[in-house]
Amino acid sequence: MILALTLGELSASLFVFLLAVFLGFEVISKVPSTLHTPLMSGANAISGIIVVGAIVVAGGRGGTGFVGIVAVALATVNVVGGFLVTDRMLSMFRKKRP
Amino acid sequence: MSPFARDLVYLAAAACLILGLRRLSSVKTARQGNALAAGGMLLALVVALLDAGIVGYGGIAAGLMAGSLVGTLLARRLPMTAMPELVALLNGFGGGASALVATAEFFTPGRGEATGELVAISLGLLIGTVTFTGSLVAFGKLRGLVASRPVTYPLQRTLNLLLFCGVLAACAAVIAEPGRQAVYAAALAAAALLGVTLVLPIGGGDMPVVISLLNSYSGIAASMAGFVLGDRLLIVGGALVGASGILLTQLMCKAMNRSLANVCFGAFGKIEAREGGGEGGPRTVREFSVEDAAIAMAGAQLVVIVPGYGLAVARAQHDLREVAGLLQQRGVEVKYAIHPVAGRMPGHMNVLLAEADVPYGELHELEQINPDFPRADVALVVGANDVVNPAARSDRASPIFGMPVLDADKARVCIVMKRSMAAGFAGIDNPLFYLPNTRMLFGDAKASLSALVAAVKAS
Repeated sequence: MILALTLGELSASLFVFLLAVFLGFEVISKVPSTLHTPLMSGANAISGIIVVGAIVVAGGRGGTGFVGIVAVALATVNVVGGFLVTDRMLSMFRKKRP
Repeated sequence: MSPFARDLVYLAAAACLILGLRRLSSVKTARQGNALAAGGMLLALVVALLDAGIVGYGGIAAGLMAGSLVGTLLARRLPMTAMPELVALLNGFGGGASALVATAEFFTPGRGEATGELVAISLGLLIGTVTFTGSLVAFGKLRGLVASRPVTYPLQRTLNLLLFCGVLAACAAVIAEPGRQAVYAAALAAAALLGVTLVLPIGGGDMPVVISLLNSYSGIAASMAGFVLGDRLLIVGGALVGASGILLTQLMCKAMNRSLANVCFGAFGKIEAREGGGEGGPRTVREFSVEDAAIAMAGAQLVVIVPGYGLAVARAQHDLREVAGLLQQRGVEVKYAIHPVAGRMPGHMNVLLAEADVPYGELHELEQINPDFPRADVALVVGANDVVNPAARSDRASPIFGMPVLDADKARVCIVMKRSMAAGFAGIDNPLFYLPNTRMLFGDAKASLSALVAAVKAS
């Protein structure tokens, strides 16, 4: 099971968070507007990473399993739907007229 | 699996997410990037399932299967015209999952007692719940289940502010005195209500901003859950999405020359159309028949097409492409002018036209295409209104003054396809319709465009 959050872990996590925010800005700052929708739905699917947390909660020993299972289901819709629809959109982008 | 090994795999998964997102920002590599991010996600999922703390797999398997089934159906079956609402819905699900994870942590015995943890739980609850209910309202607006116009009532901002303070107070109480479940439930209910009341006053045309903002929230909520669980992968994944959402939000606001606060709280579009614009006297509108339009376009050298939300509503993208194709066969140069906030989500027109097999090389952004309008023989405006309003350039009194617009009025002839003379989303009169070089082509865009196909063939 996961350890309780200590102050040391908290500050390390804050570092990670801050760096990831800056990284996020850098990585996508030059995205062309053609790709705004796929970028958004792809990023949306990435936010479904919460499924990892949901699995941990759903499988735990506490009495909160059911809430966790609903969370797993919602997050999975987010992940699967997000990646698939992004792929479907991107498959339509063509450089030349077919 | 040892915690260290688990962390190493999570690190690899995080790298996949970052590289995937990076590749998503170029057309050539975007599809690979999406697959790479999905691979990273799968890796993380497998490792999470191997977690030694898991006691029962039945429920997890049920959740995963149900979610995969619904997700696949939604992604495969919905038409491309329904993309804005699908993105809103998926966003809401992510936010909802984060709120549930925070809630489950709060109610797990022995957890949710340290202050740092409680702060993260409260933030996860607040942001996740607002994302969930806010996205559902946005979904309803885009789907036409909730009024797309801004919904306003007296003291709206005051009530929202009070509600926000209430949520914060409830969160503070949760942090100060852990274990009080009634207070937690109150915070949850207030946050759910706040999500609804925050999105209700925002009009349909401002949806590109709302969707990107909610996108950002869903990432931040996941990050907060990562703090609670001490899970760095969640923190990184959530923060990446949070940052990308904020960046898109800024881009959208800039494209409308408005502040985020104005979009969120301005109830834009509620302004009643001004009587006659104060210029006095009746103004004349000149009409074109489909045949007139066909002749003008078939004889042109350059035709610039300006698509708007009306094109998506009429589902006329294929007919539009057919018209463009016929013109190109006759040697007419055809370009599409895409305004950043045309439609209901960032990049909406690009996806719509891609579905109709329009190559993205023919789509041009505002800065690239505006210099071309003066040499265009015809500008064809299909279902767009505010994004071609010249008052944004010249009329200081106009509510959209300063918003960058497409200069369709500078073409030799500007043909505007429109259902009626009703004002656009912003409720603002558009002087473009009364200009001497403008011709109105009234009717449903799909009907007009398919008639135009026949007329171009005949001419």
